[in-house]
Amino acid sequence: MVGHIAMRSIDRPDGQAARPTLGSVAGASSALARDGRSLPDTPPIKAAAENFSFFYGQFQALKSITLPVYEKHVTALIGPSGCGKSTLLRACNRMHDLYPGNRYEGAIRLLPDNTNLLDPAVDPIEVRMRIGMVFQKPNPFPKSIYENVAYGLRIRGEKSRSVLDDRVEEALKGAALWAEVAHRLNEPAFALSGGQQQRLCIARCLATDPEVLLFDEPTSALDPIATASIEELIDQLRQKVTILIVTHNMQQAARVSDFTAYMYLGELIEFGETRQMFVNPVRPETEDYITGRFG
Amino acid sequence: MQDANSIESLEGASFEPLKVSDRLARKALRHTKERVIEALLFAAAGVSVLTTVGIVWVLVRESYHFFTVVPIWSFLTDTMWTPLFADAHYGILPLLAGTLTTSLVALVVAIPLGTTIAIYLSEFARPAVREAVKPFLELLGGIPSIVYGYFALVVVIPLLQLFIPGLPGFNMLGAGIVMGIAIIPYVSSLAEDAMRAVPMSMREGSYAMGGTKFQTAVRVVIPAALSGILSAYILGVSRAVGETMIVAVAAGMQPNFTMNPTEPAQTISAYIVQVALGDLPHGSIGYQSIFAAGLSLMVMTLLLNVAGHFVRRRYREAY
Repeated sequence: MVGHIAMRSIDRPDGQAARPTLGSVAGASSALARDGRSLPDTPPIKAAAENFSFFYGQFQALKSITLPVYEKHVTALIGPSGCGKSTLLRACNRMHDLYPGNRYEGAIRLLPDNTNLLDPAVDPIEVRMRIGMVFQKPNPFPKSIYENVAYGLRIRGEKSRSVLDDRVEEALKGAALWAEVAHRLNEPAFALSGGQQQRLCIARCLATDPEVLLFDEPTSALDPIATASIEELIDQLRQKVTILIVTHNMQQAARVSDFTAYMYLGELIEFGETRQMFVNPVRPETEDYITGRFG
Repeated sequence: MQDANSIESLEGASFEPLKVSDRLARKALRHTKERVIEALLFAAAGVSVLTTVGIVWVLVRESYHFFTVVPIWSFLTDTMWTPLFADAHYGILPLLAGTLTTSLVALVVAIPLGTTIAIYLSEFARPAVREAVKPFLELLGGIPSIVYGYFALVVVIPLLQLFIPGLPGFNMLGAGIVMGIAIIPYVSSLAEDAMRAVPMSMREGSYAMGGTKFQTAVRVVIPAALSGILSAYILGVSRAVGETMIVAVAAGMQPNFTMNPTEPAQTISAYIVQVALGDLPHGSIGYQSIFAAGLSLMVMTLLLNVAGHFVRRRYREAY
């Protein structure tokens, strides 16, 4: 166990399953207390990795990761290239199932129902219906703006035009895109700029009301202005949805996230409140990375 | 430390600067080599252009002689094609009807099957299955069309006669179905290439929304690959229109002006075969009619290619 926060399993057999967050929060808090810091009021946990390991064939990309994701907060995964942060993110919606030779070990639990997302008995499509994902490069579908946002609803069988209209408008407003596209919903999505396309991809996710939103370096293909608008959007979204974001940009992690996890070579080195971690990291490795001495 | 060392060694090395004249001499040599290579490549491209121009020239010249005897209007509107009769008629319509009917039947077979195969191979088949199935498809494309012709004549048409009583021994239905089978590989392999070229990130987008494989294939991959898929169809049409041996063997050799696939008929290409095999004297009007027929065929495929070009442009997705 490398992380300085020793989390206990949140899957408690002793009847506390109703509030499984307690154990972890207590664990996290006491660890912080041990380090002589103030105790944050940690919010309820929405999802958590428990001793989660991941293998690409023979290669172990993630080593026994235990990490909480707090509800309606932004958790950032940072670390140098190849540290496994994207692998961890993509495990959360079973994207690795699309490719042969990948193997999961341990669990990623989604609360409140405490479902292990990695359980082979759990349908990956179920998982993906609850957890939305925004990719590194905007990947709108070759459809109109409207149909892009309606896609998730359509594949869930929604046919009513009025319901679709309402949800599309709501989602586009939620993604701060409505004002720019309201008058041209039937134009192809590829006609939008890169930043608009990325917000369209966010709207596409919002339309189906996901419980968790995964962001995989969502601004690495965007210019600074588009990046700022996406960051502002993430800041607003945290009120409604739990967010897990992978970023290469430490300033971005510092700006948008409430909690940060620093990963290195497939291991979780440190997890904590972003403010504390950036000002006063516990582990020297984290400090080296954050201050730019390494990575 | 390694870096520091290498910088030192760089500084230590002395670079003798080349004289300007030496550098220019090298450049001139390189320039000449480039020119020679460019000329060779141009010549290779020129061969195909010259061949096309030559074929068009021959077709147009011979057709011109033909059209000085047979007015172009009656060629396009006469409903009889009887060049070997004493009372000769040269109306292309019966041959055109035969060509279109057999091609339509072929497309009704090849487009649904070819598309389904492409979707399966591109989106559903495991790599091992795909590698096993593709050689068979390629084999299907490599079978000589004369073999297909006899397959139509001795297998497919007798089979059809069980279901359609009174079906003649030569007919466009049987020939068209087999022609459809023959062009499946062209349609499926091009359509599959188009679908496989759709970036994985687009599929991931659909899967991440909770899409199934089938929803992803039909709602995202096919629209994204549409221009390539339509090109595959148009190539299939071109193959069908120009296909010769299958229809020559199995569709009958009577120029009937009909679009009814259960009847025998002759296509443009089959007529050219018939004349080429016969003993019409070189330079006779009957002999020259094949150039007019060939020109019509070429104009048809040209129109299809132009249509294909616009379809590709219209549906191309910039991803």
